[in-house]
Amino acid sequence: MTDAAIASTATGRSTWERVTSHRDWMGFWFMTPAALILIMFLAYPLGLGVWLSFTDAKIGKAGSFVGIENYEWLSDDTVFWGAVFFTLGYTIIASIIKFGLGLYVALLLNKNLPFKALLRSIVLIPYIVPTVLSAIAFWWIFDSQFSIISWSLTKMGLIDHNINFLGDPWNARLCLIAVNIWRGVPFVAITLLAGLQTVSPSLYEAATIDGASRWQNFRFVTYPLLTPIIAVVMTFSVLFTFTDFQLIWAMTRGGPVNSTHLMATLSFQRAIVGGSLGEGAAISTAMIPFLLAAIGFSWFGLQKRKWQQGGDND
Amino acid sequence: MSDMTRRSILQGAAAAGLAGGTLLDMARAFAQESPWKPEAGATLNVLRWKRFVQAEDDAFMKMVDAYSKAFNVKVNVSNESFDDMQPKASVAANTGTGPDLVWGLHSTPQLFPEKCLPMGDVADYLGKKYGGWFPAAEAYGKSGGKWIAIPVAVNGGYINYRISSVNKAGFKEVPKDTAGFLELCKALKKNNTPSGFALGHASGDANSWLHWILWSHNAWLVDKDDKIIINSPETAKALEYCKALSDTFIEGCASWNDSSNNKAFLAGDLHLTSNGISIYVAAKTDGAKGDARMKALAEDIDHAYFPIGPLGKPAELQLAFPILAFSFTKVPNASKAFVAFMMEAQNYNPWLEGAQGYLSHTLAAYDKNPVWTADPKTTVFRDAAKRTLPASGLGTLSPKVAAAIADFVVVDMFARYCTGQEDLKTTMKTAERAAQRIFR
Repeated sequence: MTDAAIASTATGRSTWERVTSHRDWMGFWFMTPAALILIMFLAYPLGLGVWLSFTDAKIGKAGSFVGIENYEWLSDDTVFWGAVFFTLGYTIIASIIKFGLGLYVALLLNKNLPFKALLRSIVLIPYIVPTVLSAIAFWWIFDSQFSIISWSLTKMGLIDHNINFLGDPWNARLCLIAVNIWRGVPFVAITLLAGLQTVSPSLYEAATIDGASRWQNFRFVTYPLLTPIIAVVMTFSVLFTFTDFQLIWAMTRGGPVNSTHLMATLSFQRAIVGGSLGEGAAISTAMIPFLLAAIGFSWFGLQKRKWQQGGDND
Repeated sequence: MSDMTRRSILQGAAAAGLAGGTLLDMARAFAQESPWKPEAGATLNVLRWKRFVQAEDDAFMKMVDAYSKAFNVKVNVSNESFDDMQPKASVAANTGTGPDLVWGLHSTPQLFPEKCLPMGDVADYLGKKYGGWFPAAEAYGKSGGKWIAIPVAVNGGYINYRISSVNKAGFKEVPKDTAGFLELCKALKKNNTPSGFALGHASGDANSWLHWILWSHNAWLVDKDDKIIINSPETAKALEYCKALSDTFIEGCASWNDSSNNKAFLAGDLHLTSNGISIYVAAKTDGAKGDARMKALAEDIDHAYFPIGPLGKPAELQLAFPILAFSFTKVPNASKAFVAFMMEAQNYNPWLEGAQGYLSHTLAAYDKNPVWTADPKTTVFRDAAKRTLPASGLGTLSPKVAAAIADFVVVDMFARYCTGQEDLKTTMKTAERAAQRIFR
């Protein structure tokens, strides 16, 4: 008998039994399913995507390593840079407006309104309607020939020809941002509303007794207490907006003349429609630094407050 | 069936005026004689483009039903819009799972030729039996000299116009040359009966008419050695012509997809465009149901070939509809039997008739189908597969050409210039660079 076997017999428990029952190992076992899911469905595809971006893989062909060739081509590609700038503009403008409108709607819904529950449900409708359906509805609303907006304005005598909503690059960009805002406001509003409801009324009472105005109530009571949830909701909002796909693909497919491509849609266009998997993967990979920066800003910019850890603010 | 031979059944079916009354009998006879015996218990999954003409789909589904019963193969047919066909097929090719057969668009099979089941035996069988394949059809079916798909049909896209509007503009018919055509479009605009052609990412319409503009000016993306020659004086002339033409268009063409011009034409806003015969068929069908406006519209619609440009001969890109079977299919024989079956005269003839000109044949024998003469307004579409060039123009059909078409290299070049996004030299340079990226 070996020493280990003697020891094992002495304690009455095999190594396997110890691994499966010792409390130090339990955490590992409980974590394993989640870790496997994350590795299989998140880390592996991400790693594969990054690897593909360094290959000349095509649809149906594995491709071979080409170094940074795909990135070199992209660095001089006006369509790619157009997509990068539109993605940034789309995300920044839509996120700021969604935050402003969402906070405003949340403050309104936090008041004692008649039919409060019904109103809160109605506000959620744009968010729960499948994106493709609402995008198709907006596609009709912005149609160059059959737009109800153009039709109404013509009937009112305000315009004499249809508005070229999706045929003009700037009009198309603004229309898409507007639809994204319409769709995203409920998410911000309802999440902030949940945060608002955790603020104790006694804080407002105390502030009011001290002579705080409504603005001061908001600035010095509501806003600081909402900051953690703002950080979370804006992180998600920015990520969802930056990686938007369905809205663009259903409404413009990146047109007119590639002026409304987001990085995600351009990646799909090049990789799946055009068959250049390597190049599409390079575009996707190029999104990662932007996404990390957005997450970093939200977490370190909005959440870095010492009072959350029990200290004073800087 | 005991006193019937296969030949008598086939002859009877053909003589029955292509009515399809004996379709199942024919199918059973074909099943007995077919060189391809489906695998036991086979199920065939077919993905096809979503129909634009209901009668075409009806004829297709009848044929599917007859095949299913005669060959004892369960067939599942799913449909996707034009724009979604290629992404779906590409994903299936890459993942090795999905439909067995894809009846798609343009040069989809050339995107992944090594993922396609070789189809040489089916192509030879059909070619010998039905008078041979038209050259462009053969180009769409082959890669590296080998058959990888069967070019089932071509969707002829031609000039659709309102007779009354063209006459009012001072023209008896659509001019046969590009210079006269521009004058017609200017006159139409002046009369507030404008023309309009898709400048957006419309896989079918935009690629079709903009390649005509390019090629008819003797300008090409690549030469016969696949060398990129898009940045040329001829392309500049094509761009200038297109810009002048687009100035006469109805507003919004830059956002159009494949269905936009159909809707605008049927609504009465658009008076000349390039399209398949589906606009006319839709108007005729609704007219027959009692819609007086549509009846009048159908009577006022006619079709014309694309005008001849400086090249001096037809230079058209028609929308090819090749069908491919994936090499990963577990039912290769059932797939081949299905493809051969769908192109047999007893199926193909009524199908062509059902399509009412929307589908043009790729095998010479079907020139005689009565659909091309029964209604003179369909005759133009008979020659689509004969007149078209392959999507590669002067070059060779390859995954690179397929990628250039799928990536709208030519469409975007014209759209950028026509919408004022880029000047003449820049848009050619951008297109050249996009082509270099793809052809590297």
